[in-house]
Amino acid sequence: MTVSHDSPPPLLSVEHVTKLFPDVVANDDVTLDVRAGEVLCLLGENGAGKTTLVDMLYGVYHPDDGAILFHGEPLQIKSPGEAIELGIGMVHQHFELVTPMSTLENIVIGTDDARWANLPAARKKLEGLCEQYDIHIDLDTEVGMLSVGEQQWVEILKALYTDVELLILDEPTAVLTPQGIQRLFQFLRELKKNGVGIVLVTHKLWEVAEISDRVAVLRKGKLIDIVNTAETDTDELVRLMVGRDVVLQIDKEPAVPGPVVLHVDNIAAPGRSHRGAIKDVTFELRQGEILGLAGVSGNGQSALFDVLVGVNPPTAGTIHIADVDTTHVSPKKIAAAGLSAVPSDRIHQGVMMDFSVQENLILGRHRSSAFVSRGILKRRAIREFAFTAIKDFEIKTPSPVHKIRLLSGGNMQKVILARELMGHPPRVLVVHQPTRGLDIGASEYVRRRLVAERDRGAGVLLISEDLDEVFNLCDRVIVIFGGTIIGAVDPADANYEEIGLLMAGISNDSNGGGGSSS
Amino acid sequence: MMDDIFTHAFAIAVLAAAIRIATPLIFGAIGELVAESSGILNLSIEGTMTVGAFAGFAITGETGSLWLGVAGAVFAGGLMGAIMAFMCATVKVDQIVAGLALNLFGGGLSFFLFRTVFSDQASTGMRNVGVFKVPHFWGLSDIPWVGEIVFSQQWLTYVAFLSVPLVWLFLYKTRYGLELRSVGHNPSACDMRGISVPQKQYFATIFGGMMAGLGGGFLTLSTTGLWFPELISGRGWIALAIVIFGNWRVTWILAGAVFFGFLDGLQLSLQAVGFALPYQLLLALPFVLTVVALVVNRSRSNVPLSLAIPYRRGQR
Repeated sequence: MTVSHDSPPPLLSVEHVTKLFPDVVANDDVTLDVRAGEVLCLLGENGAGKTTLVDMLYGVYHPDDGAILFHGEPLQIKSPGEAIELGIGMVHQHFELVTPMSTLENIVIGTDDARWANLPAARKKLEGLCEQYDIHIDLDTEVGMLSVGEQQWVEILKALYTDVELLILDEPTAVLTPQGIQRLFQFLRELKKNGVGIVLVTHKLWEVAEISDRVAVLRKGKLIDIVNTAETDTDELVRLMVGRDVVLQIDKEPAVPGPVVLHVDNIAAPGRSHRGAIKDVTFELRQGEILGLAGVSGNGQSALFDVLVGVNPPTAGTIHIADVDTTHVSPKKIAAAGLSAVPSDRIHQGVMMDFSVQENLILGRHRSSAFVSRGILKRRAIREFAFTAIKDFEIKTPSPVHKIRLLSGGNMQKVILARELMGHPPRVLVVHQPTRGLDIGASEYVRRRLVAERDRGAGVLLISEDLDEVFNLCDRVIVIFGGTIIGAVDPADANYEEIGLLMAGISNDSNGGGGSSS
Repeated sequence: MMDDIFTHAFAIAVLAAAIRIATPLIFGAIGELVAESSGILNLSIEGTMTVGAFAGFAITGETGSLWLGVAGAVFAGGLMGAIMAFMCATVKVDQIVAGLALNLFGGGLSFFLFRTVFSDQASTGMRNVGVFKVPHFWGLSDIPWVGEIVFSQQWLTYVAFLSVPLVWLFLYKTRYGLELRSVGHNPSACDMRGISVPQKQYFATIFGGMMAGLGGGFLTLSTTGLWFPELISGRGWIALAIVIFGNWRVTWILAGAVFFGFLDGLQLSLQAVGFALPYQLLLALPFVLTVVALVVNRSRSNVPLSLAIPYRRGQR
């Protein structure tokens, strides 16, 4: 391919790049370019190949076919170190931080400034950067003690520290409040002015509209189209992204709340790590409603989930499911009292990866006389149960004895839902990030199931960091910050600014609701 | 008997023995600290010390040079470390399995070679290759107490104690040390910053092996002059325990090694004066105290966060 001499080559060109993994074509003949001083959004569903593509730009993977040009020169890098040297920076979707070390140490490792006593020089340079971009981070705090929002800025500082010309951000807004996202976008606009080319990976449409100059849409590894943001709209982008029209709004009847099925009163419990403990958490969940618990990750959601399912006994307070005191009883008894739960970490907490679909379908229910007789598992009954579940929950698997590891995230989640719902309709359903990492089709399915459970008469507690989901699905919304319920918002208003302030810990006293107001 | 215990001579004997006995523990534990800091849990210290001791014994026996024996011990320990590093950083097998296997390999190989090369001595009794003379520092060694305890030790003992601040400087004050510790906590983050994870792990594990080899060499070339299969008798395992006991901190590891050396020295001296304390009690103490230290430190453990977890790019 020849480049015409009158216009400079784009900052980065991806030409016919293909990347194969053992079981999937992650990128299939992708061609696009990034210009200096623009924001290019890479839009696509989970599994569309966005992360693989940017990982190749950063030297994590190498294309099996095609070429990547940087400043018109072929980019032949074997590792991220070489990418950094060339001026390519990346903010990863899952933070790449050494948590027991300070911000300063995290930033200098891998650079030449880490030598001996050269840290003062690095500190000076960083202080300059922080001032230039108005970033407030204590350089000497252990990174593990910072909030996730602050950790995101550490990741950004890491990229800036080595003078970037091309900055890649992979789903950077997932952990931020609406205000935090605005702050990030403002920062990106400033970078743009300085001539930096920016690639923003996202699956959120409004982000595309707000920040990007152009959008490249990926679907199942293929580049579908590149469009100018100004000349497109949400409907077209969804169609490009999913390949069909999608109803983004879930239709549901108004809730008909019944009696209280879950009463959480002033509970406190330690978190899974230094952060994330809960204290004085009080709320009520009624039959026939979906209660949303919104908040930035790390504010106690995991501790609360652990307490509710019984794996982390609370140090204070009481929990009642209907009239039964379940404060200090085993997870088995809590399940028997009518609580079902879907954890956020499917792979580690939701399933046994190397067990079959049918074994996963009866996990925790395997003691029931339906599946076991005198200690011997009833193979035929289990098989029949599995076939019913596969049909009712539209689980795509070659057979019930297929290892669950080989299913997609969406199908794994359907197995978990089937296990938690079939045969013993729960009174209380606690779901934590139920659609994280799922494609639009599977997310739609899960959300419709939650509404169906509500309409059947369950109380549903939806713990989620996805505000669109919370506003879309919930009948009431409470917000958790620093381990306590800081306030409530009305999902009908869908006021992002109001909920963003609460998520950042700025309380609105006028709005009482589910929280313990003090 | 009590009169025997409360004497200057007794106290000096115990304290001097503490420092002497601590020497191989320091080599083993400080080396293991470096390896573990990079995320490699090397359980083969016992076997590596055995190999190091045998290499020192064999080379000194053949050449007559004690210093060549020391070099051989270091080299053989480094080779053992290199095998471990290859299995863990390149092939990425389970580190516990690799370490235990290498342990058996080290002990078995040494005994096999001993039987093959020194078959005549194996049947007729033990051959002694001799030991280093204790160096005398004019003036210093004659100071009462201090001279007798501190300045009447083997050369290799000074090397061991000197290695402690040097390793501390390296781990905490150099770029290479910072990156090595970062690899032990989060190899993925380091990889994404262009730091070569295998390179750091090879370096750390080979260094740890060399130190363990030196510890084994000390036992042969500075204390017994002998080699026999049970020579190390659990010192490698105690070194591993000391790293945990010391909560992965250099100063506490040094303190742990000297403390266990003191216990052992006390036990030996008590036996010498006929005090009937069951020696098994003192043998068990390092492990008991390690469990206690684990419980005490559980909320502020300094354990490298990715210890014993093989790193593969793109997998979490």
